[in-house]
Amino acid sequence: MTMVEPRLVERFEQGLDAPICLTWELTYACNLACVHCLSSSGRRDPRELSTQECMALIDEFKRMQIFYVNIGGGEPTVRPDFWELVDYAVDNYVGVKFSTNGFRITKERAERLASTDYLDVQISLDGATAEVNDAVRGAGTYDRALRALGYLADAGMKDTKISVVCTRENIPQLDEFKAIADRYNAQLRLTRLRPAGRGADTWGELHPLPDQQRQLYDWLVAHGEGVLTGDSFFHLSAYGEALPGLNLCGAGRVVCLIDPVGDVYACPFAIHDRFRAGNVREAGFAPVWRESELFTELRSPQSGGACTHCSAYDSCRGGCMAAKFFTGLPLDGPDPECVKGNGAVPASVRPQPSQDHSHRGPVRNQPVPLTLQTRRPERACDENPLAGLRG
Amino acid sequence: MLHERWELSGSVALRPEPFGALAYDFDSRRLTFLKSPGLVRVVRALGDGGDVHDALIAGGVPQEQWPRYLEALTRLAEHHMLRPAGVAA
Ligand code: SF4
Ligand code: SF4
Repeated sequence: MTMVEPRLVERFEQGLDAPICLTWELTYACNLACVHCLSSSGRRDPRELSTQECMALIDEFKRMQIFYVNIGGGEPTVRPDFWELVDYAVDNYVGVKFSTNGFRITKERAERLASTDYLDVQISLDGATAEVNDAVRGAGTYDRALRALGYLADAGMKDTKISVVCTRENIPQLDEFKAIADRYNAQLRLTRLRPAGRGADTWGELHPLPDQQRQLYDWLVAHGEGVLTGDSFFHLSAYGEALPGLNLCGAGRVVCLIDPVGDVYACPFAIHDRFRAGNVREAGFAPVWRESELFTELRSPQSGGACTHCSAYDSCRGGCMAAKFFTGLPLDGPDPECVKGNGAVPASVRPQPSQDHSHRGPVRNQPVPLTLQTRRPERACDENPLAGLRG
Repeated sequence: MLHERWELSGSVALRPEPFGALAYDFDSRRLTFLKSPGLVRVVRALGDGGDVHDALIAGGVPQEQWPRYLEALTRLAEHHMLRPAGVAA
């Protein structure tokens, strides 16, 4: 409140006692096979946390006053104890926001969800038409997502989120997405495609072109806080006016991920050994969050590298750490989608993924990309590290 | 506001942080930052039964800073993080 206190963003850069935006992926199992899945999901990991372990973790969240968690996967609803865990969390005042592809949202389930407090549902949709959506998420996924949205709207669920990962194919559809959201009494949430998981294989073909980035920025400015972004586009703030949100990379500072086997990573988009801070099975989550070497490093003053001299550095802050890492760029330099064109992606130095849970054989609904040449298919999640924050 | 009685809304929880506290409203799902330890002390003192004036004194806020604190408290009230004290939960 006084002039001498550092800006809030700077305090955040030094880390908090507990995360603000905790993503918890309950399973790597998924019934789909989206081409840009950030966690390369598909097959269940046999070492998955048990129901008991999950509940103990929820107890710890409560003690740490983590007010809500973003649950994803994989497809979290394929876990047989999923609904039990959700109930356990909300009964303990740990609010739940969960992402789903909508396949398992029945009419009855939608009614129960609508009558549960502290619960938010987010349906993934990556095209405003079946053609664009299904090429990325798989045949029939558009219809199933819309069916789930219809059930939720009919049940009176308010503010269901429609979560869209912005791609080259769907950026021309922004107005149509907004119309779909309005039709279902839902809120639109746009997030950035990051080259993580299988997304690393498809990013080159799917990430927005420079003029589309500009189009997206202008659209976001025009729609203000009515459209959620989870602060994912702060690298676009370099165009001019900053977008709403904190405008910083929160990895390990306000953001982190707990994966299905209890590994803690700096960010949902940074599932790689380089960004693994520890495991909750050792001594719980709090010591990893508060004391791990990796998080301490991420909270120490960072150099802006080649960005330091950029006029936009204050708002853009060099962009997304995960995007740089997975495209083989130095972490202290420009983002691969730097709007000033300073982030040229090197030809062939992408880091090897440290895990892959993709289905090995063909999958029902497997995406049939129209133009994409990809390794393997899978599902996309759309966790947004800083959702709902105001600076 | 100075001589009114306010308190933290029943649906709001405070989490202490190095910079002050996070306030989370479980009803609106809104997260707000109390950006100084002083403000956190004042907000907690609001629950002690006195008015805002008493809370500012209890929080040890020098009088010349009261206008800024009143501004911050007004903003919290506008976002329903604070509610008039004594009104049924
Ligand atoms: S900027 Fe990138 S690495 Fe940082 S928190 Fe956001 S998604 Fe994660
Ligand atoms: S040079 Fe760095 S700070 Fe400047 S716009 Fe590009 S990524 Fe952002």
